[in-house]
This record gives sequence, structure tokens and C-alpha cells, in this order.
Amino acid sequence: MATFVENLGRIDRRIIFIVMALSVVVPLAMRLSLPIPIGEGPSKDMYDAVEALPSGSTVLLSFDYDPSTMPELQPMAVALSQHLMRKDIKIVSLALWPMGVSLGNEAMRSVADSLGKEEYTDWVNLGYKTGGGVLIVRMGSDIQSVFPVDYDGNPVGDMPVMDGISRLSDFDMILSLSAGDPGVPAWVMMAGDRYNIPIGGGCTAVSAPQFYPYLGTGQMVGLLGGLKGAADYETMVRVGVENPPAGTATPGMAAQSVAHLVIMLFIILGNISYLAGKKKKGGAK
Amino acid sequence: MRLVIPLMITFVAGMIMILQFFVPATQSMGESLQEWYMIVASAAIFLGAINLLNVHIHKIRFKAKNWKYSPVTIAGFAVMIITGLFLGIEPGRPFDFMFTQMMVPMGATMFSLLAFFVASAAFRAFRANNWRATLLLVSAFVVMLGRVPIGAMIWSKIPGISEWIMQVPNLAGQRAVMIGAAMGMVATSLRMIFGIERSYLGGAD
Amino acid sequence: MSWTFVGIWLGALLSLSLYSFLYKDNPFYKFAEHLFVGMSAGYWVIYNIKNVLIPNWWNNLVPAEGGFQPIWLIPGTLALFMLLRIVPKLSSLSRMSLSLIVGTGAGLSLTAMLQTNALAQVNGTIIALGQGGDLLSWISNIIIVTGVVCGLVYFFFSKAHTGVVGGAANIGITILMVAFGASFGYTVMARISLLIGQTQFLLFEWLPTMGIHL
Repeated sequence: MATFVENLGRIDRRIIFIVMALSVVVPLAMRLSLPIPIGEGPSKDMYDAVEALPSGSTVLLSFDYDPSTMPELQPMAVALSQHLMRKDIKIVSLALWPMGVSLGNEAMRSVADSLGKEEYTDWVNLGYKTGGGVLIVRMGSDIQSVFPVDYDGNPVGDMPVMDGISRLSDFDMILSLSAGDPGVPAWVMMAGDRYNIPIGGGCTAVSAPQFYPYLGTGQMVGLLGGLKGAADYETMVRVGVENPPAGTATPGMAAQSVAHLVIMLFIILGNISYLAGKKKKGGAK
Repeated sequence: MRLVIPLMITFVAGMIMILQFFVPATQSMGESLQEWYMIVASAAIFLGAINLLNVHIHKIRFKAKNWKYSPVTIAGFAVMIITGLFLGIEPGRPFDFMFTQMMVPMGATMFSLLAFFVASAAFRAFRANNWRATLLLVSAFVVMLGRVPIGAMIWSKIPGISEWIMQVPNLAGQRAVMIGAAMGMVATSLRMIFGIERSYLGGAD
Repeated sequence: MSWTFVGIWLGALLSLSLYSFLYKDNPFYKFAEHLFVGMSAGYWVIYNIKNVLIPNWWNNLVPAEGGFQPIWLIPGTLALFMLLRIVPKLSSLSRMSLSLIVGTGAGLSLTAMLQTNALAQVNGTIIALGQGGDLLSWISNIIIVTGVVCGLVYFFFSKAHTGVVGGAANIGITILMVAFGASFGYTVMARISLLIGQTQFLLFEWLPTMGIHL
């Protein structure tokens, strides 16, 4: 028995890979579904903050990510767009990451088409600019000096969605979907604290713990953290909607559950093997 | 001596950005600088692309290790440039098709490989060999369970405990790190603006 | 055969090529990796030309309504200097461009960091320990205040961690360990989420093209 436990530590990594793959593939293939409990927390705060916005408001939605974090952030982009558009809130979007432009287009266009919202009237994608925090500060005094045209070269000044919007403080809220830098911290520093605009959004699970201090001080009104945050929002957005469109985060949470258990099992087995090896060494002395 | 002009540019640019925060008269200067910043910073991306091409052309020329794959990089780059410049970037165009159907799955897959390596690392390296490491492990377990639906099914209080860990000890720890890093950043910024820190210019005097 | 079908197969084959790395490094992985790098660089360059250089520089230098704005030659020249980094004889000119970027960034982040990540956080830590009323709130508030102060003491290396300072640093590292544990838990969650996303694509978009519906 001791030999088996000690040998565990020398197991081929490919066996670990196979177990890991199965822990994700099997629950997904079986379409295992688990209920998503929504408690008090940053996801609920985010939903409540958007819900409190009156229709006709305008929100800035910043797509600060790329395909590498798309499984976590794209469901948030879709769910947030659904919530905002259903409430007749206008969306002006941009991207601090180049690939965020195309991903944002994909999310907003699909939602807009399903809800009958018009590009340039109800939503627009301004595109990408370099500069991160610097461009945010410049937008604080004049958006059109940074974005004279949208991502596709259409003059921003002619768009109905931009009526009454000339600087950052004209927005009712700023939402950033952030995979790193520039992202949420840049918006909090350069827009939230400087121009006193409510900041919210979502981020990858990796960076979520770092943003809790902003939640504690009220510098952020809410935060969706990783796939769990996306699933929470998808669940809340679906409440009271007839035939809501299927999201991708919620079905993934069952696989996430199983995979977490498997990782915990790996850690426990690794420690048992380590302790057995340590005990044997101690005994040999 | 050859660093005098760059150091002066750093000082003037830095001071304008600080002053425009407090002195309205410097606002327009600050705004011009911010607009210029975008243009100059975008050149860094071109520099990166030129460097990438240089490396791969060099690899092909000298038949360096794995040189046979270098034409793939160059071809991928060229196809995106040609389609983007001449056929447009809006949805439905070849540029957008290649982004959606090729770059998106490749980018997502590349980073999803990390799930396997994090599992392997957790098995081999996560050792509870003292009480603090055990505390870290317990905290990780509670958070991992509390963030998934199965946690609530095991014990209904787990999500609440997990959220408490996030909002109390995690917040305290992250805030300490945040304040410490901010002070470091402020000190470094001051050193740069006043020309004490010059390593970004190549370290020469 | 529709373009959607072609797109799904392209994405699936490239994904599987990348996953083949889990068995061992191989030509399929290398092909996909090199292709990804090249295409990404191309994408970045195109968006920089179309979304930054043309609207924010060229259209300002030569406005559509006519005329020429020579002031915009300054950022253009500095951008060109940045590119000269690859010409050994002229590479020192790139220092001027770098200086503008570093100076602007440093000046901006100095005030913003101080306000957002230092002063506002200190302000957020000055709380009434009894706020919230119940016992758990008391405990939580004490942990927040003690955790932040002791965490900062732990990062203060100008004084030896002995005596009272050592005790505070010990409390600080203990709180930090709990925070790092939470970060680890979230990191695991993030990595698995990415795998789930790609698995969903392969199971529910690619397999159905072969008539396999799960």
C-alpha cells in the first residue's frame, strides 16, 4: 500500500491530463445541469446597479480582452448587452485591447439582431485605440478627439446614439470587461475616481480577487468574476423573460464543479503521497 | 550628455501630466500630449511586428532550429495584412472570418492548455508542509467549492463562507498589496520624472 | 458546403493541433502556434492602421476639409523615431519617443495611483469597528483593519522583523496566505473555464457537423 501511495507522486502527467479532460468532457456531454444559487455579492450588486438605470440612459461598455479569455468574458458581454438593450439603455462600446473590437461586435450584434436594436441608434462600436489610461483621461474632456470615427470609419458625430454624449461624465455608467491591463483598474483610476462615474463590469477569475478592495470602498458598483460571475448574470437576466436565449456560462458550471472536485482530489492525493514519502524517509533515518 | 534631451522630454511630459490635474491653464497642453501619446505608443506595435518578421526572416536565412515553420508565421501575418487593407475589416469580410474562425479558437485553446498544467502542478507542488501553507490550502478549497454549484449542495453555508473569505481576509491582503504597490509606483514615477531612474533609456549615463 | 461549416472545421482542426501538445511537442502544434503568432501580429497592425493612425494622426495632419496641420508632424516624427530602434546607427533617436511615453505614463499614474490605490484604500480602511452591529461584523472589521496594517508592516523591509514589528508581520503574512489561497482558487477556476469554453465548441459545434449530436 505504501509503495502504491509513494508511486502516486511519480504518476505520468498524461494520466492527470486525461482525468482532467474527462472531468470536463463527461459532464458537458451528459448535459449535466446544476442550479446556480444567487446570493448577496458582487454579481448581484452588478445586476442591481444596471437594473437601477432608467431606460434611455447611455452606458459605455469597454471590451478589454481577447480570445484567450473569451470563454469567461464573452458570456458576460452577451448577458450584459441583453440586459442593457432590453432596458432600452444605449450602448457606446470601445476596446482597450485590439481583439476586443471584433469580440464586442460579435456579442452586441447577435443580441441587437435578436432584440431588433439598430446600430448607430441604439448601440455603436467605436473601435480600438492604443494608450489605455491616457486615452481614458483624454475622453474625459472630449470623446470625439479620441474617436472621431467608429471602428469601421463612420463619423461618430453623425450618430444618433452619441446625441448628448461628448465626454465621459455624460455616461450614466461605465462597464469594463477586463482580462488584464489596461482594463478595470485603468477605468477606476482614470474615469471613476477622476470624473465620479459609477464603474462596474466583469473580469477573469484570475484578477477578480485583486478588485475586491475597489468593491469595499465603493469605487466599483459591482463585479462579475470569471465564469461563475457570467453564470450568475446569465441566470439573473433570464428571470421573467419568455424563452430566454441559452447562455454558455450556466451549462458550463456543472463541468466546473466536477473539475474543481478533481483538482482538490489531486491536491489531496499529492499530499498523501508526499507525507508517505516523508514518513518513509524519517523511518529510514 | 546624449541623455539630456530624452530626460528633458520625460520631465516636461511628466510635469505637464501632473500639473494638468491641478492647474486648468495646463489642460490643453496635457490634452495634446495625450493625443500624441496614442500615436507614438501605436508605433511600438509596428516595431513589434517588424521585429517578429526580422526574427523569422533571419531564421529562414540561416536555417535555424524550426525554421520550416517561420514561413507559416510570415504567411499568417501577410494574409491578415492584405485582407485587412484591401477587403475591409467589417463583419462578413475575410479578415473578420479568419479572426472569428481561426484566431479565436486558437487563442482560446492556447490558454485552455493551462487547465491541464494547473492540475499537474496542483498534484505535484501544492504541499501542506506547514500551518500557513495548510491555511492557504484550506482557503483555496473553500473558495473553489464556494464558487461552484456543487459547493452549496455539499453544505449550504459554503458559498457564504467563501464570499466572506473574499470580502474580508482577501480584501485585507489585496488592499495591503495594492497600497504597497501604489507607493512603489509613485516613488518609481517620481524617480523617472526627475531623471534618477534611467534604466528605460538603456541604463547609460 | 457553407462558409460556417468550413469555419467550424478550420477552428476545430487548429484547436486539436494545439491540444496535441499535451501528448508531446509535434509539427501540428508548431504549425498552429506559428500561424497564431503571425495572424495576431497582422491583426494588431491592421487595427492600429485603421483605428489609430488614419483617424487620429493622418486625418489630423491632412484634414478632410483641406489644409495641413504641421503640429501633427511632431508625434509622427516621434513614432518614426520609435521604429528607428531597429536601425543600429539611429537607434538612440528612439529614446526620445520612449521618453514621451514614459514621462506621460509616469505623470499620469503618479496622481491616479496615489489617489485610487493608496489614499482611497487607506480611507476605506478607516472604519468604525462596530459598523454592521453583529459579532461577525466586529470580527470582520477587526480582520480588515489588522490585515491591512499588518500586511503593510510585512512589506516594510527597512526595519528588522523582530519584536512588535515581527509579530505584526507574522499576522500580516497569515492574512496574506488566506488571500493567496483565495487567489489560487480563482486561478484554478479561470483555467478550467477556458477549457470548458473550448470543449463546448468542439462538442456542440464541431461534432454536430459530423452528425454526432450529444
